[in-house]
Amino acid sequence: KKTQARKPLIILRAGITEGAPRGRAGYPCKTVLCSHFANETLPSTVIFGEDVAFGGVFRCTVGLRDKYGKDRVFNTPLCEQGIVGFAIGSAVAGATSVAEIQFADYIYPAFDQVVNEAAKYRYRSGNLFDCGKMTVRAPWGCVGHGAMYHSQSPEAFFTHCPGVKVVIPRGSLQAKGLLLASIRDQNPCIFFEPKILYRSAVEEVPVGPYEIPLSQAEVLQEGSDLTMVAWGTQVHVLREAANMAQERLGISCEVIDLRTLQPWDTETVCTSVAKTGRLLVSHEAPITSGFAAEITSVVQSECFLNLEAPVERVCGFDTPFPYIFEPFYIPDKWRCFDGIRRLINY
Amino acid sequence: MAVAMALTAPSLNFGVRSFTRLSRLSQRLFSTAVIRYQQEFTTLEEKPQFPGASAEYVNTLEFIQPNVISGIPVYRVMDRKGHIVNPNEDPKLGKEMVLKMYQKMTLLNTMDRILYESQRQGRISFYMTNYGEEGTHVGSAAAIEMQDLVFGQYREAGVLMWRGYPLDSFMAQCYGNIDDYAHGKQMPVHYGSLEHNFVTISSPLATQIPQAVGAAYAYKRSDIDRAVICYFGEGAASEGDAHAGFNFAATLECPIIFFCRNNGYAISTPTYEQYRGDGIAARGPGYGIRSIRVDGNDVFAVYNATKEARRHAVSENQPMLVEAMTYRIGHHSTSDDSSAYRSVDEVSYWDKQDHPISRLHNFMINQGWWDDAQEKAWRKQSRKMVIETFERAERKLKPSPKLIFTDVYDTAPPSLQKQEEQLKKHVERYAEHYPFDKFERF
Repeated sequence: KKTQARKPLIILRAGITEGAPRGRAGYPCKTVLCSHFANETLPSTVIFGEDVAFGGVFRCTVGLRDKYGKDRVFNTPLCEQGIVGFAIGSAVAGATSVAEIQFADYIYPAFDQVVNEAAKYRYRSGNLFDCGKMTVRAPWGCVGHGAMYHSQSPEAFFTHCPGVKVVIPRGSLQAKGLLLASIRDQNPCIFFEPKILYRSAVEEVPVGPYEIPLSQAEVLQEGSDLTMVAWGTQVHVLREAANMAQERLGISCEVIDLRTLQPWDTETVCTSVAKTGRLLVSHEAPITSGFAAEITSVVQSECFLNLEAPVERVCGFDTPFPYIFEPFYIPDKWRCFDGIRRLINY
Repeated sequence: MAVAMALTAPSLNFGVRSFTRLSRLSQRLFSTAVIRYQQEFTTLEEKPQFPGASAEYVNTLEFIQPNVISGIPVYRVMDRKGHIVNPNEDPKLGKEMVLKMYQKMTLLNTMDRILYESQRQGRISFYMTNYGEEGTHVGSAAAIEMQDLVFGQYREAGVLMWRGYPLDSFMAQCYGNIDDYAHGKQMPVHYGSLEHNFVTISSPLATQIPQAVGAAYAYKRSDIDRAVICYFGEGAASEGDAHAGFNFAATLECPIIFFCRNNGYAISTPTYEQYRGDGIAARGPGYGIRSIRVDGNDVFAVYNATKEARRHAVSENQPMLVEAMTYRIGHHSTSDDSSAYRSVDEVSYWDKQDHPISRLHNFMINQGWWDDAQEKAWRKQSRKMVIETFERAERKLKPSPKLIFTDVYDTAPPSLQKQEEQLKKHVERYAEHYPFDKFERF
């Protein structure tokens, strides 16, 4: 059951709150529930980051401190490299560690800890030590007015890094199942939460724990004329574009939510493209060296004889994410629709 | 006591006033409700109410001067001739313990000489010696418990030596042979041992510092008698991760000992270009961390400071900082010729006149626990042990190339399995172009 979509909430890093009022009880954020269960099943689980104690700037940790104690849900100093380094060490010592980076845009100070340390811990030690119990959560993606540092989609920086898993859900139901799987997975996971959906995507979510397997894409809508692949918010954009293509052009699109980007489900995507013969990949991040490039390359290698048109990439431009120009920057449904048109007319 | 000295030392940068500031700061760290102190004051007893610090007003403009010329004093227990300076500080370790310290330091020194030479002969690709810093390793390692987790930088092999890590394992790692736990995946001297609670070394400097803090936090929560010790050089202390680790450890109240080896150089960079404060120890109080500076060439001073730091860290869940002053006698690594940036005379002074091994040697002679005949016999025996393991390690094959693909994740994803299969097929076709005489079969 879908309730009325609310205006997305954004709390800027500087502390300026816009949008919805604060302090409302019963906030339906999926991660609240999910974190609850992670806590209940594993008493060693700790959750920390900047401002998580009072519930988080996106309210994902509301109530957890009261329920589980301040030694399990706590604020850290404002220092991203410290947060991820601390999370790695905590995981090495056996504690399930869920770290929050306040915005994906601010994960770069921790890049060294993620790429050189977390990703290589098991490998370099011959499995003597690992930080598989670590999960890093971060709000991700555009939000309407986030400009350069509250809008970024940095997944491709991390998919180039063997040893970490990169997971992005498209909605509440998915978010809980995938986050629980990430927390329980014995590898360091980066879990990007599309922040524009924090308040707009409300759907029924089971109260009990459940997992959605990692590294498995989901075919959301079957189709025969072309395959479309996206993740996060962009999945919804592609579904709209698919409906438009059906209505206006009579084109049947197969829509796939990739869900896990590293290691990604090549089989589901290639099976689909082998059937449809055409592929459109879309993401908010800039096009050059974006993850669509990886998908495109694998698909052309695996499905060369099936492809009937060059793979279309509908992505952000190779610019920083702009403020007032956001409506022109994002790969919206009209740009995706036009991509479908090009693919069909090739 | 050793640790109290660091906090009460009058040379702690800003004199008496700063000491009161510090003690108030430490009080405030453990007060959860600062706000309740807010109340109305008359103008006569006006006090600052800012949440960010607990301090008095001053009515004259005065910048705080860092005290670099007369820095935090260097704690020592014995002089260069091996005489105990202050009997009250003598740890009275007993003959067996002291002998073990001496033998571990000299065994490390022997291993260093042989592996350094083997690199010079091209038999291993890389090596880093521990010359001059053996006392910091053994003194600190002896003062902590075996269950304490060690995070190191790369020049702490003596800690593993103290803990009984076998010579065969040191050699296996440097050769990357089939006996290396990490299957030869890392460069030489990147040791690690689960059994000896020594977290595998990695090259990126200072990354282990906030990690060690996270591990200490986990130990605190599990309520077991375990501390964490984290070693790093004074150069690594300039990294952002050092700042992160110190600050997190203080605010999250973690049972950790930060152990800084200040040996005067980071490769070619002298400390004058590394920092302008009073070394690393002076930074500790800025983070609310109890700190001390010790003579790193005095194994008893290192032992005493680390012992007390460990006791306090575990009982109070507070971080402690030990800065061990020492000198890097060897080159930075086998890829470095240190005569390009420092004088031979300078190196010679430390090697001949202020060396941790010779100082402990003097102490043992003074005690009548050691003599020239024993020295000669031990030198011969330790050299034989090292050379034997060295030759064993060299004769062994390197592991199968299929191990390239293991331990990236807990289980190999299909894409990686496919890449393994591709390499297997490739090397079967072009086998003569690959060094299979030295490796196990695919």
